[in-house]
Amino acid sequence: MAATQIRLLTLVSILIIWELVARSGLLYQDVVPSLLKIGKAFGFLLIDPITWRHFAVSAWEIGAGLAIGYVLGILFGLAAGTRRFFGAAVAPYVDGIATAPKIVFLPIVMLLVGTGIGSKLALGALSAFFPVAINMAASVRHINPTFVRVGQSFRLSRWQMATRIYLPALRPSLVTSLRLGFGLAVVGVLLAEIKLSNAGLGFLANEHYSHYRVPDLYAVLVLVFIVAVGLNSLMGRFAERR
Amino acid sequence: MKEKLAGVAGLAILAIVLEAVVRAGWISPLVVAPPSALPAAFIRMWDEGFILHPVGVTLAQAFTATVAAALIGIPWGYLLWRKPLLGEAYTPWIGAAFAAPTVLLFPLFLVLFGRGYATTIFVGFIAAVIPIVLKTREAFAAVPKVLLDVGRSFRLPESGLVRRVAFPAAVPGIFTGMRLGLIYALVNIIGMEFLIDFGGLGRIASEMYFRFEIPGMYVAIILIVLVSWTFLAVLSRLETWLRPR
Repeated sequence: MAATQIRLLTLVSILIIWELVARSGLLYQDVVPSLLKIGKAFGFLLIDPITWRHFAVSAWEIGAGLAIGYVLGILFGLAAGTRRFFGAAVAPYVDGIATAPKIVFLPIVMLLVGTGIGSKLALGALSAFFPVAINMAASVRHINPTFVRVGQSFRLSRWQMATRIYLPALRPSLVTSLRLGFGLAVVGVLLAEIKLSNAGLGFLANEHYSHYRVPDLYAVLVLVFIVAVGLNSLMGRFAERR
Repeated sequence: MKEKLAGVAGLAILAIVLEAVVRAGWISPLVVAPPSALPAAFIRMWDEGFILHPVGVTLAQAFTATVAAALIGIPWGYLLWRKPLLGEAYTPWIGAAFAAPTVLLFPLFLVLFGRGYATTIFVGFIAAVIPIVLKTREAFAAVPKVLLDVGRSFRLPESGLVRRVAFPAAVPGIFTGMRLGLIYALVNIIGMEFLIDFGGLGRIASEMYFRFEIPGMYVAIILIVLVSWTFLAVLSRLETWLRPR
């Protein structure tokens, strides 16, 4: 039996067991809703224009947050990677904050920029910043020193060093960083929306949860996962092609 | 050493600047708590049981989640190595789950388990079990063939080969998985506590915000960073210390 068949078999068994549990009446109604109900809810979700308004809000928060966190992360990573002393001095603080769950910074962010879209965007930026900064600093340190010396022997200016030596050598880790940053920005933004917001897919999920519309809740989460995992694997393909 | 001093000095300067900016009235103390207000807030929170108890509650959940994840994840990782076909079939899925935003599923866990420790620990469990499975499989796959051949030449039966040779050789790799699992569990549990206002450290941060106790909120957030960081540092040390040289 090939691996693909095992996967198919597993998938089918999970779906059958799911449906059996849903129809067994062992759990409270809709705790595990029937697949038909989830499918129907997903269909309605896709044709409802309100969904796409929330989708657009989340996409903006994630996109803009990621862009800000990504650019700042690259700049910080370059600085920490090329200036050893600075890098070593800030490392423990960066590592410490990078490890902590970013969502707990939401209160500070909300005090600074209010509870609106800006706070989700900022949390997305904060979530994306750390993996990008750490990844970039590490890759700068691991650049083949010969490249740097070649640049120096050609007396390249600072700008030329950055565009001709560092950026080409860092291209793979730029893609990896974007991927890492994206994954965390999605989590950061949606969790912030779930905690406190009035727009976005996280808000929609929370609305369904608090009104106990479980099939609709599943539908929103399925949509989020399809988009997030899809974009992630797309970036993965892009990274592999180089 | 010099770098560390520079880091501490930088932090001290930051604190002084924040203090000055708040005292000058450029930033409201309701947005940024002046650093000088933090020690008093810490002592008050300590007296009210907002420090030690929540830290204990959070750590206990993280350990529970990781132990459960190890009990299930290590046999799974072993199985994925032992049966290459299963490994080929499931490893990409587990890898994808590692990259997927699984924590966003928590409203479903709330529906399933209710707003309580079952949900927070389950979120920690999911976060921990994935790296444990992956690292365990990797660790077994990385056991040098020479070691297994030596075992075979001593006519060890298959079971003995696993118990006496493969498993001991895989222990450091499995430990890496458990270290990652424990950190992921801790971080996800704190985040979850914050989101559902329940449990230990995360709940305190949320509660202080909604009570508008700004210095207390900063104390709670700094405490979360410190606990995460200490955990990371201690476990990395432990790992280097345990690794055979």
